[in-house]
Amino acid sequence: MTLTQQMITIALVVLATMATRFLPFLLFPAGKPTPAYIRYLGKVLPAAVFGLLVIYSLKDVNPLTGSHGIPELLSLALVVGLHQWKRQMLLSIAGGTVCYMLLVQLVF
Amino acid sequence: MKTDHKGRMQALRAAFPYTIPIFAGFWFLGLTYGIYMNVSGFSFWYPMFMSMTIFAGSVEFVAVNLLLGAFDPLQAFAMAFIINARHLFYGISMLDRFKGLGWKKLYLIFGMCDESFSINYTAEIPDGVDRGWFYFFVTLLNQIYWVLGATLGGIFGSFIRFNTEGLEFVMTAMFVVIFLEQWNKEKNHTASLLGLILSAFCLILFGADGFLIPSMLAILGVLTLLRGHLQKGDVQK
Repeated sequence: MTLTQQMITIALVVLATMATRFLPFLLFPAGKPTPAYIRYLGKVLPAAVFGLLVIYSLKDVNPLTGSHGIPELLSLALVVGLHQWKRQMLLSIAGGTVCYMLLVQLVF
Repeated sequence: MKTDHKGRMQALRAAFPYTIPIFAGFWFLGLTYGIYMNVSGFSFWYPMFMSMTIFAGSVEFVAVNLLLGAFDPLQAFAMAFIINARHLFYGISMLDRFKGLGWKKLYLIFGMCDESFSINYTAEIPDGVDRGWFYFFVTLLNQIYWVLGATLGGIFGSFIRFNTEGLEFVMTAMFVVIFLEQWNKEKNHTASLLGLILSAFCLILFGADGFLIPSMLAILGVLTLLRGHLQKGDVQK
């Protein structure tokens, strides 16, 4: 690829990414009333999307090979336990991550 | 309403703690991305420029392959759009919250990655802190971490050797915590459970590379079908 072709490729990736971010705001501008269906989606989608993001961040875990997802499962349980107990975002995240690092580096 | 210097600093101080996990995750992932570009034969200008302008992690990794392959701009556009299609959901969720934020709104939409969206949607902004500036600093700090990591990775490339194995779990842990924050706030868990179950189901069915779009369609479809049921009660506590 020439430099120009590389620049065009990058520009199109930027354009596509920006399209996904700006489209809802262009389709439903602040000055006009947003359709009821879209307002409904705006209320219920976030919870579903957070579920999707959890699965997305675990997508490369394979329960059939390697460590069978055991370090992930244990660390996830710790994150959930810590968070429902103390409700301290940083503590839950740090605890789970340190636990996972120790498990994959020392145990599995 | 104009926010003075003191108000901006207050928003920065409120925003920073929320970005600490992202700091850990992004410099690491950004570094990995920079190193990946470096060993693929690109100078650090590429990861620096691309992390600044694209600012969407997974697509930047894919873009490396696009740059190494044959010139196909349409494919580049289509791939990036499909991988990032989930941002459409973020935009729909933020339509009301970004209203009336002036020029900051443009930057907030530009920088709305998974992490910035998740924090800005769930964070409880303290009373007296300007909402627009809070969103702005969360987004800006996250982007700074990412660009710094990517640039450093691109410069130092394969020289970096220390045991960070497993550090990537910080992003998983953060998404789980954000999921729980949402969970603890809601009266009705239908949407949360649907997100988890439908995505897990699609992951098993379509595999790691192809499950995002089917998951989104399934979520959209089922939530649309349940509209009459879910709209009755208020979803949030």
